[in-house]
Parts: sequence; C-alpha cells; structure tokens
Amino acid sequence: MKLPPLDYICPATLTEAIAALAAYGGNAKVIAGGQSLVPMLAFRLAAPSVLVDIGRLPDLKNISISADGIDFGALVTWRDIERDARLAQAHPLLAAAIAHVAHYQIRNRGTVGGSMAHADPAAEMPGIAVTCDAMLTIVGPTGTRIVRANEFITGGLSTVLGADEILTSIRLPLWKKARRWAFEEFARRRGDFALAGVAAFYDIDAQGLAYNAHIGLIGVADRPMRLPGVEAILDGRRIDADVILQAAAVARDAVDPADDIHAEAAYRRDLLGVLLERALARAADIVLPEAA
Amino acid sequence: MSDVAKLLVGSAVERMEDARFLSGSGYFADDLAVEGMLHAAILRSPIAHARIASIDASAALAMPGIHAVITAHDIGDTIPIIPLRLAPLPEFEPFRQPVIARDKVRYVGEPIAIVVADSRALAEDALETIGIEFDALSAVTERGASETPLFDFAKDNVALRYDAGFGDADAAFASAHYVRTERFSVQRHTALPMETRGMLAEWNSLAGRLVVTGATKVTFYNRRALAQMLGLREDDIDLIEIDVGGGFGVRGEFYPEDFLIPFAARKLARPVKWIEDRREHLMAINHSRDVACELSLACRSDGMILGLRGRVFADMGAYIRTNGGVVPAKAAQFLPGPYRIPHVSVSVEAFMTNKTPVGTYRGPGRFEANFFRERLIDMAAIDLGIDIAEFRRKNLITEQELPYPIDGLVPYEGPTSYDTGDYVEVFERALKEIGWFEKSHLQGKLIDGVRHGIGLGCFVESGGAGPKENAALTLEKDGSLTVAVGSSVLGQGLETVLGQIASDTLSIPFDRIRVLHGSTTLLDEGFGTYHSRAVVMGGSAVLDAATRLREKILQQASNHLGRPNSELKIVNANVIADNGASVSFAALAAGHDLQADGTFSNDVRTYSYGTHAAHVTVDPRTGAVKVLDYIAVEDVGRAINPAIVHGQAIGAIVQGLGGVFLDHLIYDEQGQLLNASLADYLVPTASDFPVLRAVTLELRPSPSNPLGAKGAGEGGIVAVAAATANAVAAALAPLNVEIHHLPLTPPRLWRLIKNARERTTNAA
Repeated sequence: MKLPPLDYICPATLTEAIAALAAYGGNAKVIAGGQSLVPMLAFRLAAPSVLVDIGRLPDLKNISISADGIDFGALVTWRDIERDARLAQAHPLLAAAIAHVAHYQIRNRGTVGGSMAHADPAAEMPGIAVTCDAMLTIVGPTGTRIVRANEFITGGLSTVLGADEILTSIRLPLWKKARRWAFEEFARRRGDFALAGVAAFYDIDAQGLAYNAHIGLIGVADRPMRLPGVEAILDGRRIDADVILQAAAVARDAVDPADDIHAEAAYRRDLLGVLLERALARAADIVLPEAA
Repeated sequence: MSDVAKLLVGSAVERMEDARFLSGSGYFADDLAVEGMLHAAILRSPIAHARIASIDASAALAMPGIHAVITAHDIGDTIPIIPLRLAPLPEFEPFRQPVIARDKVRYVGEPIAIVVADSRALAEDALETIGIEFDALSAVTERGASETPLFDFAKDNVALRYDAGFGDADAAFASAHYVRTERFSVQRHTALPMETRGMLAEWNSLAGRLVVTGATKVTFYNRRALAQMLGLREDDIDLIEIDVGGGFGVRGEFYPEDFLIPFAARKLARPVKWIEDRREHLMAINHSRDVACELSLACRSDGMILGLRGRVFADMGAYIRTNGGVVPAKAAQFLPGPYRIPHVSVSVEAFMTNKTPVGTYRGPGRFEANFFRERLIDMAAIDLGIDIAEFRRKNLITEQELPYPIDGLVPYEGPTSYDTGDYVEVFERALKEIGWFEKSHLQGKLIDGVRHGIGLGCFVESGGAGPKENAALTLEKDGSLTVAVGSSVLGQGLETVLGQIASDTLSIPFDRIRVLHGSTTLLDEGFGTYHSRAVVMGGSAVLDAATRLREKILQQASNHLGRPNSELKIVNANVIADNGASVSFAALAAGHDLQADGTFSNDVRTYSYGTHAAHVTVDPRTGAVKVLDYIAVEDVGRAINPAIVHGQAIGAIVQGLGGVFLDHLIYDEQGQLLNASLADYLVPTASDFPVLRAVTLELRPSPSNPLGAKGAGEGGIVAVAAATANAVAAALAPLNVEIHHLPLTPPRLWRLIKNARERTTNAA
C-alpha cells in the first residue's frame, strides 16, 4: 500500500497551481488534506503522474460571513468548522451535519473543498451543499466560474471540475433565524460513511405554514440528491404527523438505492424514510406516534 | 517468602511495559532497520481458483532497484508444506498449504511470487508488472459445492468428518418429552491485531546462520518447521521475539511468509524485511469462526436437559493450516457447556472452499458453541414456559458433581474433566450484577421507540495446554534478576505477571527484574503462548526456577555468612542471618554464577467458567442495537494481576461485540474478498461500547498448577455472542423475531423484523 511513483509540486500561488495543472494535462491531481486521495493512491486506484499540493495557497482557509452568504475557503477543515463558534447560529444545519464527519485525525486534515471535489455520495458536505443551494467558485486558466452545487456533482465521484481547474470556495446562502431544520444520519459506527442521511429545513409563514422546504439525502444514490416531490408536499402545509408520514412515503418511492456489502437496497430505502420522519418531527418539534 | 503484606502476586501492579509503550519506545517489527536491508512485497493471487499457466517477471526484473523475483520455480522441485502444529490428523495431511502456489491458486491472497527491492514502494511498483496467465476454475464458496474439487486427488471438498459423544443420545431423544432443533451460524471474521505481521530475516553466509526477528507465539515450533524447510539445523536459526502489537491466536502461527522471507534473505545473502500491509492482512492472516451448526436439545417437561445433538459444519478455507481442525473440534466439544447433559452426540464436518484458510482466534470454537447452545436454551425454556434463568440454574453442573468428565467429544484428545468451580454461584452473581430480577419487566418492552432485552450466556472454557514450559533465572552481577521464559508476549502484560511471581519468590524488588521472552536464543526449548497457557505454564515454570534459585542464593549466603540456611531469611534482595549479619544479592552474584532453570510439565487442562449478561436496546425501525450494560463474571482460579485480568476481560468483550455486530469477512460468488480496508471491515473501537463491566472471581483455584491459576485470556470473549444475541432476541420477541445467525447488523435485524411482520400479516 505504497503510493505509485509520482512527482509532487507545491505552488505558492493560485496562478502557479493552475498553470501546473494545465501543464500536466489530465495527469495531475490536486491534493489538499489528502484524506480521500492518499488512500486511493495507496490502493493504486488513482495513478496521476504529479500531485499539485494546494495546501500552501493563501486565502483558502477562511470562513467569512457577510450579507452575501457564508463563504468557506476550499482548505477549511472539519475541525475549523467545528471550532467556529459563529456557525452554531449562522448555519446550524451545517454544524450538525459536520459533527458526523469521520474521526478525529480525518477531521483535522480533511477539507471542505476536498470533500466536494471527491463527491462521495455518502459524504455530509456535498449533501449540505446540494440541500442548501450552495454556489461553488472554480478558478481555471480562463478565469473564474460559479457553479450551483447540484450542477457541480455529475455522478458517483465525478464533478464538472476540469483537469486544469481548482475549486476555491463554497458559498452557503444566509440562514434564516426562525428556520426549522434537522439533520439525521445513520452509520454503522460513529464517523463511518452514512448508510443514509437526511438534511431538512423549511421556513414558517405568518399562518404557521411551511414554505421554502429543502430536503436533501446522502448515501442512497450515486450522488447527494434533493427530493422536490417531498418539498412540494411540505410547502404550504402545517407540518403535522400526517404530513410527515406522507412525506416519508413519497421519499421512499423517490429513491432507488443499490445493494452493497453494508446494506441491501430495501433497507436503505426504508431507512431514509425513517430518518426523514425523525428529521421532520424534530424540525416541527412534534412527537410521532411510536411505531413498533 | 517475605512479608505477606508485600506480596505482588494478587495485586494490581502497574505494568512494567506501560512506560515503554506510552512513551513510544516500544520496539516492533516495523522499527527494525539494518544496514543493507532490502524490502519484500508479495504477489498474491487476484482470483480465487485457477491454474497458473505462466508467470512472466521479466519486466519486473528489468526495473531499477529490483533484486529478485522469486516464484515456486526458484524454490525447487519440492515446495515446502506448512505443517499441522495442533491435532495432526492424517485426514488433513493432503490439504496442507504449500508455502507458495506453483500450479494452482486456491484463494484470493495466496502467494505466487515475492519481489525483493531496495524499498517497499519499488517492490510494489514491480508487482504491477508481473504478468500471470491463469486458467480460471469455478470458485467454491459454500458447503456442498462438490462439482469442483479444490484438490485433484479428492472426490469432493470435505476434508474430514467424524462423530463423537458420550451416553446414548438416540435413546435420550426418543424418550424425551420435548425436542427442538435449530440451525445457527457465526460469520467468518478474524482477530485483527493492530500490528500486522512482519519480520526481518538476516542470513550470515559465512556462519551459515539465519536470524529472524519479529517472531512470536510458538517460536520454537516455528524454528523447527523452518529448519526442516530450509535444510538447516535448528540451532543454526534464531527466532527473535520483540514487542508484539496483539496476537489473539492469529499472529505467530507459521505462515507462507515465514518461509519465503528467510528463503529470500538466504538466496540474496542480504537482510530482507517484510511488513504485511492491512489489505494483505485481511486476505492473508488466518480467518476464523465461520461455523454453522444444527443443534438439537431434548428435555423433560420440567426443563431438565436429557440430551444434546450437534452437527458442526466448518468452512476451513482453501488449506488446512497449522491449527488443523481445532476450530470445529472445539465448537463441537463445547456444545454441552457447563450443563449436566448425560447424553451427547456431536459430529464435525470440515469442508474446503476457495477462501483464506482458517485458524484459531481467541476462544476458538467456544464463541460459536456458546452462541449456538445458549440461544437454543432460551428457545427451549420459553417453549416449556420456564423462566430462562431458572432453566439454566436447574441444569448447571453443581460443585458436588465436579470433577465432571467430558471424555470422548474430541476423538484425538484423551480424557478430560471440568476441574473445580461453583458454576451456580457465579451465575447468580451475574444475575445480581445485571439486575436480572429488577429488570425482568423490561424484556421486550418498547420505551421511547426502542425495545429492551436482557440476555444471559453461561460458559466453561479450557486453558493451560501442556505439555510443558521452561524458564531460566539469572541473578546478574549487579544484583538484578533476569527472567527468561519460553512463553511469548503478545502485548498481554506477561512480563509484569512473571515479574510479580519472581519478585515474590525471591524477595527481589519488581523494578530490579527484567523479563526476556519467546526468543529461541533464551532457552533450549520453549512452547509459547496460546490456549490461555502463558501464566498457567510459563508462570509455573518461572515459579519453579525462582524456587530453585532461592535455594542456591541461600546456600551461597550460608557459605558467605557462615550461618545455616535455617537461620537465613531474604528481605529486599538481601540475605539476613538471625545474628544480624547480611549480604546483598549483588555481593553474592559478584562471586558466583547464580542461575537456575525451571520447568513445569502438565497435561491437565484448567477450566475457567462464568456467566455473561447483556442489557441492550434495539431500534426496531433501523435495526440499531445499543449495549446499555454488560457484565462478564468469570472465576479464573487465581488472578496474578487483577488489573491485567480485568483489562483482558474488557478488551475481550469489546472484541466479542465486534464479532456479534461488526466484524465480517465477506466473499462474493467468485470467491473475491470484498473487505479491502478498515473502511469495509468494521472493528469495534474504544468508544463504540462504553458501558462494559467485568468481575473477576478467585473462588476455586486450579488444582493442576502451583499458582492455582486458570486461563484468563479468553473467558471475556467466549460468551459474548451468547449473551448479546439472547438479549437482542429477548428485545425482539414481541415481534416474533428469532436470532440464528451472526452478525447482527442493522440491515439484518431490520430484515428479520420485516419478514416476521409479513409472516404475521399473511397468516392473518
């Protein structure tokens, strides 16, 4: 489990980094925290000829909150998010989700940008980005482009990132104060990849009806996904037990998970329904009738 | 002995190893580095069953930094075969593993070639260039698949079948009021020591001697095996044991690499190091468990057990390695457990598949047998309307019935008997600890969305295998003591325990004692560490040597002080005469060689015993199980160091819970192992099961050794599946779910609940 032969460069500026990527064509790979890439190299599942380490690039380690949204530099680590006292208020859904990410050592090194670019279907950050309509900033040789999170991820472990592009930041829209939300995840052991996870939020209008519902799932498809059908059920309704059970039933029908060594597909399908019920009940602060 | 109040045996002495480990000063196989050292990597079969048509290593040999590519062809006309260390039944002989595949591969991970290079990374680069043409054969992955025999000489894939037992089970079953038969299974998993295997082999071509560092468990046996394979004299080989990061039965057996790496070192006349990486470990280390059982119980209507019948089916993998058929033999032997069952009949079928070979793992066979039997006992008690605790109480062997013979359950072993104990008292203690009576109303109850269950598991377990162990004690010139023992250290604290025994016997301070262990350079003969034998056998050998050395010291002091032995006593490494004259150990050792050998021979096994109890909750909607409380009560006869025994028990419970819920080596139909890393092979970590308790009792010492100790390393694991699965079953009983198969993963429990619901709906 040693890395294949490869070169390593550690540019000092973004321009240099992009130039290096461009110079190597498709044979270079960006490395940040290395928490996904290094195991893939060790298993020889990836064999780039050069690693471009963006760890020394300036200005990618900040979390900034402005009127435009909450910006996370690509090199922000899970530990940075965990330690940022502002986020519990500024984006409680994100804070709750990130609490499920991996184990201490990984949390200290793994980065927001790395997780997005790796695009594991069970990972929390891509799930939150898709659920919350995050905007991603990508820099390449011809300039900067902004991509919506749901368009960024194009399939299992694949994104729109070009070989000569670098994801530099992720912007989450500002969080409304009175928003109802919950994050539910089920993993075999704490820190393991989720067998399924649900991120949910909605706002409440003056009549007490839900609007702007956002329901996102991880671990049940080849990429994180939204459930527009479930969102449509919630919007304009008072969130009670009936609505929740109806939403969960629609959610179960809306997904088509695959079998793998951790769980059969039917389990994941049912599990996400249970998680959605629990998430919505917690968001609405109601107790569902106990099932057997 | 010295002042009784100061005796170390029986007290929780801080481990002498801890400072070394905690400060990062441990010395493990991967710390080894010598001048001119080369590194090996092993090409392992990527497919489960195939003939090897050709191997082309020319590209690898042309790469820079590559010193050799060794295949079966380079080893010679006769490929050495790994011997059967335990239970060498003739039926198994033809199924033994050659150290490298020549014509055929039989499991994913079987060694085909080794590359020796300037670095491990270069060696791995070269592995990728070796071209092998395979003629694939269909893979055998389950019992009864006999159309493709793994071995050309065999008509099918069954290596061994036997029947054993005592009494007349047929008659007992014929006359019984109640009979129930169920099928159970325990999944394939393994021990997963945190330190993988590894070694450094150094060949001195001038002296014609070989030194292999990184050995453990059964070093003297392995040296003998290696000497035969290499055509060397045993005393031309040293196997050196350094620190070992866990063994649990799997580490230290003789594996193919234990030949291949020394062979490469001799061939190249260069030191060669090999460290098993985690992916290799999962496919190369002995797998274990993987036993299925059809078990029947015959009872009177009042719950008295009349007879037991068990058919054990064991997937041995592709070869029979050093442990022979120990796993299924012990799974059969321990089916009756600590109960009075007059009529027992068992059968064993060991069959071959295209999977990694099986060996012993902590509590081999017992973990499985206790799970099978204790599950069936719960079912029987419930059928008969008898409280499950009362059912056990009624059938446990009483102290008056001990020693209780269990002869004839293992055809290749002589008579043996459960020795001493009070099985009932320990059982009652476990009930008290878990709060059995207070919590009985919780059984199956749904509270806050989760169902509660409390389960019990009783066991009796053998340890302290013979035939013998040796020790040599030397009083050094500075007055310190060196203890050398044939037992191996696997991280279990043996150095401390042996130091305690020597300290008490010789009245020498603990911090003046150094314990050397395992290496073949220390003694003429040693027997190693397995079957919870290191304290029973090695400890008794140290006690014997220390007693002899004490006599020599007193004799020397008597000469020195001019006083008879009867007027001498030893206090804190000084010999003091009644008249006040004294001489220090250092002064005595300065003038004379003070050394004593000790030995302990014994073929009588110790039988520790106990009861585990678990309180769990199950979320019926997700299948998630939470262990709320767990108690393991065990009588170990005598705990030399209660803190170490406690640590053994807690660690074993965690490891056992891994076997119940997490650990699972999964193969697909092509014989591919699907666990490539610790992301796929889930092991319990220190934080997964926070509430575990263990009570160690010293009720009845072992009569078979002077320490009174019984094996204490495995009682913590052997009843974990029994108690935990019973707790889960109790929690889910209202949903008509029964537990027969491990592991109890959330998806499996969810599936059982769903199927039970659908059955109920269909019936209604």
